[in-house]
Order: sequence, then structure tokens, then C-alpha cells
Amino acid sequence: MKELLRKREFTLFVIIAFVLVLIVIRVPAFIEMENVLRIVNDTSILIMVSLGQLAIIVTGGIDLSVGSIIAFSGMAASMLNQYHPDLSVFVVLLVGIGVGTGLGIFNALVIAFGKVPPIIATLGTLSVFRGFTFVLSKGQWVTAHEMTEKYMNLPHGHFLGLTNLIWFGIVVSLLMYGFMRYTRTGREVYAIGGNKTAALFVGVSEKKIQFVVYTLMGVLAGLAGVMWTSRFAAAVNETAIGFELQTVAACVLGGVSIAGGSGTVVGVILGALFLGILTNALPVVKLSPFYQMGLQGVVVLGAMVVNSVSAKREEKKLLERRLD
Amino acid sequence: MKKITAIILVLSVVLTGMVFANGQKDASGEAKKYKTVLLVKSLGNGFFEAVRDGGLEAAKELGDVESIYMGPSASTAEGQIEIIESLIAQHVDAIAISANDRDALIPVTKKAMKAGIKVMSFDSGINVGGRLVDLVPSVEELIGRQQVQLIAELTGNKGKIGIVSSTSQATNQNAWIKWMYEEIKKPEYKDMEIVEVAYGDDAADKSYREAVGLMQKYPDLAGIISPTTIGVLASAKAIEDEGKQGKVQLTGLGLPSEMQHYIEDGTCRQMALWNPIDLGYTSTYIMEALITGKISGKEGDKVDAGRMGMITIGKDGLAVMGTPFVFNKDNIAKFAAMF
Repeated sequence: MKELLRKREFTLFVIIAFVLVLIVIRVPAFIEMENVLRIVNDTSILIMVSLGQLAIIVTGGIDLSVGSIIAFSGMAASMLNQYHPDLSVFVVLLVGIGVGTGLGIFNALVIAFGKVPPIIATLGTLSVFRGFTFVLSKGQWVTAHEMTEKYMNLPHGHFLGLTNLIWFGIVVSLLMYGFMRYTRTGREVYAIGGNKTAALFVGVSEKKIQFVVYTLMGVLAGLAGVMWTSRFAAAVNETAIGFELQTVAACVLGGVSIAGGSGTVVGVILGALFLGILTNALPVVKLSPFYQMGLQGVVVLGAMVVNSVSAKREEKKLLERRLD
Repeated sequence: MKKITAIILVLSVVLTGMVFANGQKDASGEAKKYKTVLLVKSLGNGFFEAVRDGGLEAAKELGDVESIYMGPSASTAEGQIEIIESLIAQHVDAIAISANDRDALIPVTKKAMKAGIKVMSFDSGINVGGRLVDLVPSVEELIGRQQVQLIAELTGNKGKIGIVSSTSQATNQNAWIKWMYEEIKKPEYKDMEIVEVAYGDDAADKSYREAVGLMQKYPDLAGIISPTTIGVLASAKAIEDEGKQGKVQLTGLGLPSEMQHYIEDGTCRQMALWNPIDLGYTSTYIMEALITGKISGKEGDKVDAGRMGMITIGKDGLAVMGTPFVFNKDNIAKFAAMF
């Protein structure tokens, strides 16, 4: 099992390297350290939120409302910063995370206790939370001159050569790695998604697991909301529209099974980085924007096909070896 | 829903009552003045409050009109219809409307015109037949050409220029960009070229990435034009983060309140947008000309609109105000407080 997972991630790694080579042939400067850090920085938010999505997809669910949670918590944090500029940025960050957590808990309650299928529940809250964002902001934006320098520096500040945003990404990745791999709850997430009946028989509570993963998503999306608005120095009502699909794509690219039960933190990080490299490379390669759009789809689709075909082959080999 | 409608109804009755009372007081105290009404989409919106200020400014200059500012509490066509009904009863002389619906207001505005009231629309127009004149802030050609003029002033008429637009199918932006290409053909821009049009899809993150992409692809990029509010904001942030302030100039179409920071810190030294004060001002001048019979609203009529110059009425009663207003360090604070 371990070998198989490692293999899948390795395939993705090779695909990424291949695409990178193609890009670098066209734009040599793309591989410069400065640009690499720029891409990692740009992808950190996607990584954080995709890891939340990972836990949910592993249980067999999906969260379509993340873009709206990001928008709402980002708007809430930005408005707090706007109206109380003296408040410590740390408090603003915590409030943003808190607001996201609240929305996550709302999703969790509807899904775990309301017994609504996740795709329906979060499709509903996708609109609800976006609507609330408009209500909260009255349609107004919060922009640079209404934010404090400290707030805008939150993701931009440097520590040991890396931006704070990258550090947030690293810390979240490590915590999620530990959680999914080594904690009891983390393993129960896989158990519920892998074989629900068996998991229920050995005493895993589905309600508890669902509650944990959707709440966790709220925490991460809240953090992402604060980072998003402070990074672009703009809290607009359209923040992160369509972002949920990117997080799902990062997961699928990273080898997470949509049916639940399998998927790794490392795979998702690679999947997110792959998307990050693509979205950052496309504006730089000299191609018409219409080709760019199509190209992005082709590359993502191609990567998925290669990835899943090689996984299937690997699985077959493993099965044959077991039968011998 | 019924409750909300009832509230709006009560509010509009109370509001019209207040204005009515005001009007009577003025009439008794001063010489007879024409009553011109600026009817906006909704109250409590900084943009329209600036329209009101423009109306008051024009009324002061003209001397023979009184400018009245009205609007429903929520932006609905129903709310505006109620108000127009009451204005007919009050026998005002002219109404200029920023309509919540192009067609829904036509029956009631026709009724108003039959009652001898001169009706025009501005900002958000009413379809032909429902008004005499429709004042539009600007036209595609003027907007597009001005964008190139603005960036040329910033870069000293030379260098590579990139455009960060909204979506590739956006009708407005595409028409403006077409005129930018026309303008840059002029001999004074011979050292300038538009190297690329990038599409930020009006999303902050994509616009930001496209702006960064332009600066990477063309290390000697001299300027960016972003004729969309999100695009210009994201481009400003990208220039700031890349440390290219002063090296890459920026202009575009932006809202003053959103761009104040970047205009004050020099990232975007000038940008354009139609100015609501000018809209209220010009509308009031046109209404006065209609009331006094200087014009009837037919094609070729000319209105002397004070500081806005001569405005010619075109086909279907369409009047164009002029090139968009330019915002810079000196006036941004004032306008940022309005819209």
C-alpha cells in the first residue's frame, strides 16, 4: 500500500518536472529562485484549502462552499481591520479564522445531523455564504487605503527568506500530515471513506468524523480568507469565486479518490503546486489567451489520465504479486 | 415581500411629502423658479449624492432653476414609478432619471411628458420613447483614446504598454481596446506600442497574476492600462509587490475610493472614470434648456452646458457628456469620499 502511494506521487512528480522543462524551454527565467518562490507563495493558499478538501473527499464527501467561506471570512476580517485599525493583526487573524470555523461548523451540522448529502448541503451554503458576504459588506469593497500596513504585511512579511504566507502553508501542511497519518481521528477519516460499514462496526462515529472534517475546512478556509484579502489588499464580494473547483482539481490531480478512502497530503501538495505552476506559467508563455484556456484544460486532463492509468497498472501488478 | 413593498410605499409618500413641503416654502419665499428633479436609482449611495451636488452647482449657476434630489430607498423600478406619479401631481417642470429599468418606467414617463413635464434620463438610460434626451457619460471612442493619452503622459510617449482587461468577451473593454489601438497609430505615439492584451477575468487573483506575467515577459515594460475596476486595483498591487513603482506606470478606469491608496503613493498617478458631479451638472443644464424651449431634444440640438462645454443631441435623443474625468493626487481625496 505504502509503495503504491509513493509510486502515484512519483508519477505526478515526473509529470510536473516534464511540464516544467517545457515551460523553461520557452521562458528560461521561469526557473529562477525568485520566480519559484513567487509560485510557491502564490500557491500556498490553494495548498492550505486543498488539504482541507482532502480530508473531506477522503470521507467520500465534498465541500463546494469553500470559495464563499473564504470570501465571507476575508471580508469580515478586513472590515474589522478597517473599523478598528488599532486592533492587533493577530486578533484580526484569529477572528477571521473564527468566522470561517463558524461557517464550517454550520456545514458540519447540516451534513452530520441534518443528514443532507454534502454536495447538496454545500451547494446551498455556497450561495448562502456568498449572499451573506454582500449583506455584510453592503456591496462595498475594502481596499488598500482602508487596511492597515500591518494587515497588508501579514502575508508579505519575511522570515528566514520565505514569506509568512509560505510559512503558513508549511505549518498547515505539516499539521495536516501529522493529523491524517498519525492521529486516531485521522485514520478514522480514511476508515469511514474506505469502508463505511466496516468502520461503523468497529465503532467509528460517522457523525463525529464528518463534524471534524467540515469544521477543519472552515478553519483552513477562514485562514485562507484573511490571507487572500490581505495579500491582494482588497476584500471584494467576488473573492475566490470558483476556487472550490481548483481545490477539488488539486486533490484529484494529487491522486485522491473521489469515491473516498484514499489520498495523501503529499499528493495534494504536489497537485496544488502543479496547478500553481500552470496558472503562473500561462500568462508568461507567449500564447494567445484563448489557447491558454484550452491548454490548461488539456494539461490537467492529460496529467490525470497518465496518473490514473499508471495507478491502475500499479494496482494490477500488486494484485498479481499477491496472487503468486 | 408585501411588508417591504408597504414600507417602501410609506417611505416614498413621506419623502414626497417632505419635498412637496419644501417646494411650497421656496415658492412662497422667492421668485418663480423651474423645478428640476434628479431622480436617482436609490438613496444613500455616494455616487448619487455626488450627482446631487452637481445638480445644485448647475442650479446656482443658472439661477432660474431649483434642483430637487429624490430616489427610492431601494433600487426598484416600482419605487421610482411611485415617485414619478407624485411628481406629476406636483407639476414639477423637468425630471432627469437614472432608471432602475430601461422599459418599466416608460408608461409613467409618457404620462409625465403628456402632463407637460420634460423627461430625460442619465447614467442608466430609459429606452427611446420614454424620454426626450438620454445623457450618456461617454462613448467607446473617447474612453479608449483617453486611456492611451493618459499612459503616454506617464511614460513620456514611449515604451511597451500592456493591457490588463476583464474577460476576453467583455463587450465594453473590447470596444475600448479597439480604440486604444486606433489612438496609438498617431505619430506622437510612434515610440510606443501595445505589446499584449491580458485577461484578468475581473478576478483579483487572476488579474494580479496576469499583471505580474506582463512584467516578467517584458522586463522593460513601461506601462499598464487596465480599463476595469478590479483589474486596475490588482495591477496596482502587483506593481507594488514587484517593486516596479516608477518603472512601470499604470492607468485605467477605477473607482476613486478603491484606488485612493495607489494614486496617493504614486503607483497609479492618474486614471479616469465618469464623474457623477458632472452628470448631475450636465443633466440640470439640459433640463433647463428643455424647459425654456432652447432645445426640443431633436437631433442636432445644441446645449450650452456651462463648464462642460457644448453638448450636441444626437440620433434618438442621445447626448454624450464627453471624455471621462481624470483623477490624480490633487483631487482623489475629495472624490474618494463620494464614490
